[in-house]
Amino acid sequence: MIDPVTLSILSGRLEQIADEMDATLYRAAFNPIIAEAHDASHGIYDAETGDTLIQGKEGLPIFVGVMSFAVRSIIEKARKDGDLAPGDVYIFNDPYAGGTHLSDFKLVRPVFHDGKLFCWLASAGHWHDVGGNVAGNYNPRATEAFQEAVVIPPVKISSGGQLRRDIIDILLSNTRQPRSLYGDLNGQLNSLELGAKRLGELITETGGERLLATFAELRARAERMMLARIAELPKATFAAEDYLDNDGVTDEKLRIALDLTVTETGMVLDFSRSAGACRGPLNISRGTAIAACYVAIKHLFPDVPANGGVLAPITFVIPEGSILDAVHPLPTGGYTETIMRLIDVIFQAFAQITPANAYGNAYGTINALTLSGRRDDGSRWVMFSFFGGGHGGHARGDGLSHGNAPISTSTIPPIEVLEAANPVLFRTWALRPDSAGAGQHRGGLGAIYEIETLTDDTEVTLFGERGRFAPHGVAGGGDAANTRFFYQQGDGDFEPEMASKIMGVRLRKGQRVRLETPGGGGYGDPAARDPALTARDLRCGYVTEAGTSGASDLSAAE
Amino acid sequence: MTKAFIIGVDVGGTFTDIFALDEVSNRVTITKIPSTLGDQSRGFVEGIERLVDDFADIRTIVHGTTAGTNALLERKGGKTGVITTEGFRDVLEMRRRDRPKTWGLDGSFTPVIERENRLEVAERMRADGAVLTAVDPAAVRQAAQQLLDQGCEACCVFFINGYANDENERIAVEAVRSVWPSQHVTSAVEILPEIREFERASTASLNAYLQPVVTHYFDRLEKSLRTAGFGGEILIVQSNGGVMAIEQAKQLPVKTALSGPAAGVMAAQHIAASAGFENVITCDMGGTSFDVSMVARGKSALAAQTAIDFGMVIRSPMIEITTIGAGGGSIAAIDRGGMLCVGPESAGSNPGPVCYGLGNTRPTVTDANVVLGRINAAKPIGGKLARLDVEAARRAIEEHVAKPLGCDVYAAAEAIIRVANARMSGAIRLVSIERGHDPAEFAAMPFGGGGALHTGALIRDTGMKSSLVPRYPGVVSALGCVVADMRHDGVRTVNRPLAALDVAALQADLARMEAAGRAALTRADVRFEAVERLVELDMLYIGQTHSVPVPIPADDLSVAAIQTAFDAAYGAVFGRLLDGVPCKVMNLRVAMIGHRPKFDLSALAPEGGRKAAECVLEMRDLYADGAMHKAPVYDRLALAVGEVVHGPCLLEQSDTTIYIDPGMLGRVDAFGNLVITEG
Repeated sequence: MIDPVTLSILSGRLEQIADEMDATLYRAAFNPIIAEAHDASHGIYDAETGDTLIQGKEGLPIFVGVMSFAVRSIIEKARKDGDLAPGDVYIFNDPYAGGTHLSDFKLVRPVFHDGKLFCWLASAGHWHDVGGNVAGNYNPRATEAFQEAVVIPPVKISSGGQLRRDIIDILLSNTRQPRSLYGDLNGQLNSLELGAKRLGELITETGGERLLATFAELRARAERMMLARIAELPKATFAAEDYLDNDGVTDEKLRIALDLTVTETGMVLDFSRSAGACRGPLNISRGTAIAACYVAIKHLFPDVPANGGVLAPITFVIPEGSILDAVHPLPTGGYTETIMRLIDVIFQAFAQITPANAYGNAYGTINALTLSGRRDDGSRWVMFSFFGGGHGGHARGDGLSHGNAPISTSTIPPIEVLEAANPVLFRTWALRPDSAGAGQHRGGLGAIYEIETLTDDTEVTLFGERGRFAPHGVAGGGDAANTRFFYQQGDGDFEPEMASKIMGVRLRKGQRVRLETPGGGGYGDPAARDPALTARDLRCGYVTEAGTSGASDLSAAE
Repeated sequence: MTKAFIIGVDVGGTFTDIFALDEVSNRVTITKIPSTLGDQSRGFVEGIERLVDDFADIRTIVHGTTAGTNALLERKGGKTGVITTEGFRDVLEMRRRDRPKTWGLDGSFTPVIERENRLEVAERMRADGAVLTAVDPAAVRQAAQQLLDQGCEACCVFFINGYANDENERIAVEAVRSVWPSQHVTSAVEILPEIREFERASTASLNAYLQPVVTHYFDRLEKSLRTAGFGGEILIVQSNGGVMAIEQAKQLPVKTALSGPAAGVMAAQHIAASAGFENVITCDMGGTSFDVSMVARGKSALAAQTAIDFGMVIRSPMIEITTIGAGGGSIAAIDRGGMLCVGPESAGSNPGPVCYGLGNTRPTVTDANVVLGRINAAKPIGGKLARLDVEAARRAIEEHVAKPLGCDVYAAAEAIIRVANARMSGAIRLVSIERGHDPAEFAAMPFGGGGALHTGALIRDTGMKSSLVPRYPGVVSALGCVVADMRHDGVRTVNRPLAALDVAALQADLARMEAAGRAALTRADVRFEAVERLVELDMLYIGQTHSVPVPIPADDLSVAAIQTAFDAAYGAVFGRLLDGVPCKVMNLRVAMIGHRPKFDLSALAPEGGRKAAECVLEMRDLYADGAMHKAPVYDRLALAVGEVVHGPCLLEQSDTTIYIDPGMLGRVDAFGNLVITEG
């Protein structure tokens, strides 16, 4: 047993190592999804079980949950092959084994001490392009993984400290952007190298046994904190459900349902009433589903530390064949949309359990929008970004306007950088009035982005959600506005048949697209809102007199 | 009589510190007087009166101010409006689509400029600098009039892509100035001609927001000083550690956001250099926070961008200060998982620690120091309280820490200190190890009220070689005012591949920026020993988004020389270069520095002084390393040069207490600094 003071000191040191790995990759990465959007994560994992021991503070929240599954599959691989050695680094993107989707590359490295495996270090990062039918890998019409990206199973990219050129060549041959991929790969290798060095120094300084005792105690402590939290909750079952618009292939809504039971000794999260596996890319693996629950729980209990102990008191029920239990080769490219709906239903269930700690649903979609084409000189351009929306109202105030998704901590690139790099003009970059759910504390506002292309034959792909089912309010708060998307053609403005997903649209020079994102759901009865705040909302145009949640069309905006 | 005096004045929340240097006799006098809230200039003038008989004898007054910082943190700037490109009024409020906390979704943000005061006009510049839509000055004047009608005191003009071509914005700013009744008009591209719209808009709008209040304060200060007979130059310390003329500070108040702390770091740089230390990490411990900053090879680190608060971004070089929530008022508690945690929750200075007796009952770091005998309960620093309540502190630690941990109150108090020290050590590692520096090559320099109580543990935890405690840790920022150089930073976005760089245009930009910097230096009547020019390019591999600063040493701006400089800078930061990948020049940065004559710090050295044994004020019960000691308390300022004291012991002076751990020793150096090392 390690004393609480030493524990406090060593946990700080360990967290700092993971933080430093995060910071190193952000600085060195080539693609903006890592460098700007921080779509990456690093941590330290248990030698035997792969459980999360230590996690960086800045890492992408959803990766934080999923990395232990990635490490677990490497533990199995190493056991099977029986050739684990110091200086090895494994790499893979297989989402069924390691969670999330094919764009996310997980690198896993063993740390040895006194000739024995001590723990694992892992690095996850979202690469810009790894093959498939669509540049950037967001293919809303994929029905198999092969149409999304190249699938790399767990293999060694470094063997005994020697980088394997053959593996790097395979990776470079399967991307539209080899330079970006090479830069990101180097960044992740550097981060692991640095982590191994720092951890080695700490082992020397404090002793291996002491660190192992620290890991065990930190885990036990997180579990205790979680149990203490659960003990305060009423013992009952709470149900919540929500829907995804469609899977991009078949235009049918998909149910995500939760029955949450609080018991004396834990919680059961039962997703049995959710839809079965779908044809399009909205499936997620079991590991991803559990990771999403972890994200929701961490948002609700932010003071519980980020390690495997948090999940110990929680039982998950996810039936085989569920949309939440994807198996090879079901497509998973749109995993973000499904996990955000999972988080939404957990927030809705918790709003019934403890309204004081609840949040209205956030905007609930990453709205991955890609514009691409060729410049006048023939060179190819691809502009790809995730867009923001409102956060839900909560007991302490209105939701944040134009925030990032709860599953990430990403920032959006500056318009000026996007316009300098791509032949586009942003005509509008504004808050979207009337997009937030009403409430005693209303949701935050979504946004309007209107983009004009400066080249002919520009191709547009949108992978979004919340086109038909709005983010919900909680504790009596109202729902937010839906996503709306418009594209100009010679004969007028159009909206996607699938509401929030479209591909293959071609724009001519001077034509525009307009994306309007949802705000957040409201909190509490709108009648209880402070009249001064209502007056300010009207004065500032956050809410209009008309109060319509719909959007004007393009021609009306001009 | 010649104008002999240079005066440094640092106005903080509690005290106004004055440092007067008589350049003729090289004599120094200092004083501390309670800050006069409401009108800071009153305490300012009264303080100087204590040190100087005739204001006509003062040549220069250099001021480190928190007027700007406080106005930002308390949101007390002037009512401000923005005139911006059609379609972009919400840039300020949308930020870069972030959130305040990773975990928990209850963050919020209120921009300093309300949406109703953000107006749009038709105009548009393309990213390549081509004018898509010209601006109509009449429309701008109309918008400005509307802002005035809505009660705005200051106005900011910010146009998309203004960095690529400032033509529209220039025309618009002229139009606003033609109708605006005051000087409070800020052009975004004038103060930051750099790509990235939110950062530019934020910096410019915060500048406009500060103009009315900061100008008002400076005007009043000038008037008071002139009335008192002062005829010299008033300089203001900027966040980059350099000074500027007060007239410029009224135009660029956003550059004073970290004025006070920056002055402290400038002092640290000078004190350390004089004492023979090239590398120091400053450790400023206050009531709620611990601020760390680094001076490496005699130069303080600058950050290109700083967030004063969530969404309040200032992009302008500032002394890089890393802050964590660990101060004397930080609260110690056992969390739900049974672990001892210290901070970030703080009792601040009011109600403050339990021992203040002002209502707080939860133990703090200061309470632990009091219980351990490291703070003199009978003579609290600051003079606000007559004495500290040791018993109350003991009870609080007993109840909230000792009982849950199952140990005695001294062990509990020491545990609180250890956890607080560990957090502070983490901040030190962050600025040193994580930036590729080895702490063993650095000395700690504590200042602020509490830093010197913890400095021994910090050097032990982090492996620093020593701690250098300045002779007057309480007036370090005021001293920094006196030694700070004059500095003007300029930036210009280039955004071109190195291979396609227009070298002639770059040279022309450099010449223009250098001339502007020189003009700013000579505008004020200040003596320089030398003028230095620093040129830096922000560069990156094409495809990356984060740049590295690349110092360009000589006048050679050829592509080959820049490539060599980039390889060296990138290699130093990341280890490996990416062969065959072309690079790009993002920004040109030029700093013009006028070096002011430095005064000889031996003016501070003790004259005479006594042997250590003769300076013992009392023998006190001091708990350290798990045992109670009878330890000497020394009168710090009475110690002679060369004297050595051994831990465990304490050294007291009016504004600071120094604690030396068992096994360590302190030696008085030739300048009166105390150098603490392992014994």
